[in-house]
Amino acid sequence: MRKRKAVYISALVMGIAVCGTGCNGDSASSGKETMELLNVSYDPTREFYAEYNELFCKYWKEQTGQEITVTQSHGGSGSQARSVIEGNEADVVTLALAHDVTAIEKTGLIHENWMEEYESNSSPYTSTIVFLVRKGNEKNIRDWDDLVKKEVDVITPNPKTSGGACWNFLAAWAYWQEHDEEKEEETKEYMKKMYENVLVLDSGARGATNTFVENGQGDVLIAWENEAYLAMEEYPEQYEIVTPSISILAEPSVAVVDQNAEEHGTTETAEAYLEYLYSDEAQRLAGENYYRPSKGGILQEFSEQFNLEMDLVTINDFGGWDEAFETYFSDGAVFDQIYTE
Amino acid sequence: MEQQIVKVKNNRGIKVIPGFGISMFVTLGMLGCFVLVPLASLFLSVDALSFWEFREIVTSRQAVSGYAVSLSCAFLAAMINAVFGMLLAWVLVRYEFPGKRLMDGLIELPFALPTSVAGISLTYLYSDQGWIGGLAAKMGIKIAYTRIGITIAMVFVGIPFVVRAVQPVLEKLDRQYEEAAVMLGAGRIYIFFRVILPEVFPALLAGFGLAFARGIGEYGSVVFIAGNIPYKTQIAPLLIMMKLEQYKYADAAAIALVLLILSFLLMLAINSIQIYMQRFYKS
Repeated sequence: MRKRKAVYISALVMGIAVCGTGCNGDSASSGKETMELLNVSYDPTREFYAEYNELFCKYWKEQTGQEITVTQSHGGSGSQARSVIEGNEADVVTLALAHDVTAIEKTGLIHENWMEEYESNSSPYTSTIVFLVRKGNEKNIRDWDDLVKKEVDVITPNPKTSGGACWNFLAAWAYWQEHDEEKEEETKEYMKKMYENVLVLDSGARGATNTFVENGQGDVLIAWENEAYLAMEEYPEQYEIVTPSISILAEPSVAVVDQNAEEHGTTETAEAYLEYLYSDEAQRLAGENYYRPSKGGILQEFSEQFNLEMDLVTINDFGGWDEAFETYFSDGAVFDQIYTE
Repeated sequence: MEQQIVKVKNNRGIKVIPGFGISMFVTLGMLGCFVLVPLASLFLSVDALSFWEFREIVTSRQAVSGYAVSLSCAFLAAMINAVFGMLLAWVLVRYEFPGKRLMDGLIELPFALPTSVAGISLTYLYSDQGWIGGLAAKMGIKIAYTRIGITIAMVFVGIPFVVRAVQPVLEKLDRQYEEAAVMLGAGRIYIFFRVILPEVFPALLAGFGLAFARGIGEYGSVVFIAGNIPYKTQIAPLLIMMKLEQYKYADAAAIALVLLILSFLLMLAINSIQIYMQRFYKS
């Protein structure tokens, strides 16, 4: 009982103290001594944000004297977006696809022009799609054409349940379209052949990596570049990365969930949290975690790590996410046709 | 005299066990909050669709093949569970051996283990690079990423239902019946099928039904071992996930509703058989 009283009293004292600093008006808009920020992200960013949060907390402390703690949540990009829509009180979202952020925007939680809010379409780091093959590359996989060969087994997740897999699909599509002068039917034929080689269509990107790495399935994993590097780091001398001639520039999107942040009084901090992703330190950190920094200068520092010669198409070449979804991944669209015809 | 007293009390509306009102209130409240309202909300989400849209979604080729995969594998798994679950329960009840308690506890592990953990470890074991899957691969059988794999995952999650349903009935089964049967000259097989099985059958059926229903709805463990190739190894719950990923809540609810109705019909059928059998054996 006495203990509980003590807690009440200390809470009261803290409340007064916080009000004191708040009234002095130096920094905090929220009126809390330690502010909490919830960043809802997707699977492969776990390692990066763990390090970035430390960096940002230090920076914020120096700037404002305020202590903050950032809580992370990871999962499939789509289901993470859904959790925010259904009431997970995220202050910021850092998801795999602009499409998922747009889905949140449609509920009114995020302002309409979020994409212009930060540089490079609100993508502080980018990635691309590469091939991970087993050491020695016995089947000599060099480019997308090799994935339709009969003897090659491919692992890629299902684009209907995995954001990452949509990028894989579009990268392959871009390649064959380029080589076939935009003949859609032929491109579809190639895609069909490639998906016939797919042994397992996992429901998520991490699941696919697991199938390839842990369970030893397939000859080639179509993967995020950063995932591929992580697998290389985890299992040195067992895998090789092959960069195809054409791939897609994957732009993971970040946004402040305006409505939640306003309610929590964290808008200012949340904005700074995303803004700081573009600082040189954070950009380097992204590079060290195998994301391509979106600042050109910093990206050059990593020119040995990344193949900067790849021909990268963007989602705009497909008319943006909404259109790409409609054309390729909605029910009865191209992906379904590939599997029914 | 005693009977009279009870009668008088009942007339006054006094129950032998007090607190019926409040316990009924709690029961209905709990049932409502945790079971009925969520299920009703499923119907409401489907309401956003017109009848034709609903029909199109739940009878699309993908959906139908999804039900077929889920139902066939769940049925097979439940059959396997019925046989081996019965055997396991028998061993646990009738024999004494070291580690019996431990084994008894292990039966419940599939309940306690997060299904995704089960799925990942099963896939690891049964893929053609794994211990068991490797042996099967030498014989030309592929287990993981086929329907066999799906069935194995469903066997794993379903086995406790059968064992736990059958075990108490076997424990209560009076051995005198068997002894009497032996005295009367019945053979072992005859005793099993004509003396033991009729007693255990309703419980076995209940366990079978639970395991079957669980298999139909199972997602977490199956999705890792399934391979998820459309029309081949794509289970119905995965289709629900797909619809959700596309933010099509009503479509997802429509397929969920079909699964719910299938499971409900299954339970209804099993309960009817049970009631019928009880009457049959009583007469």
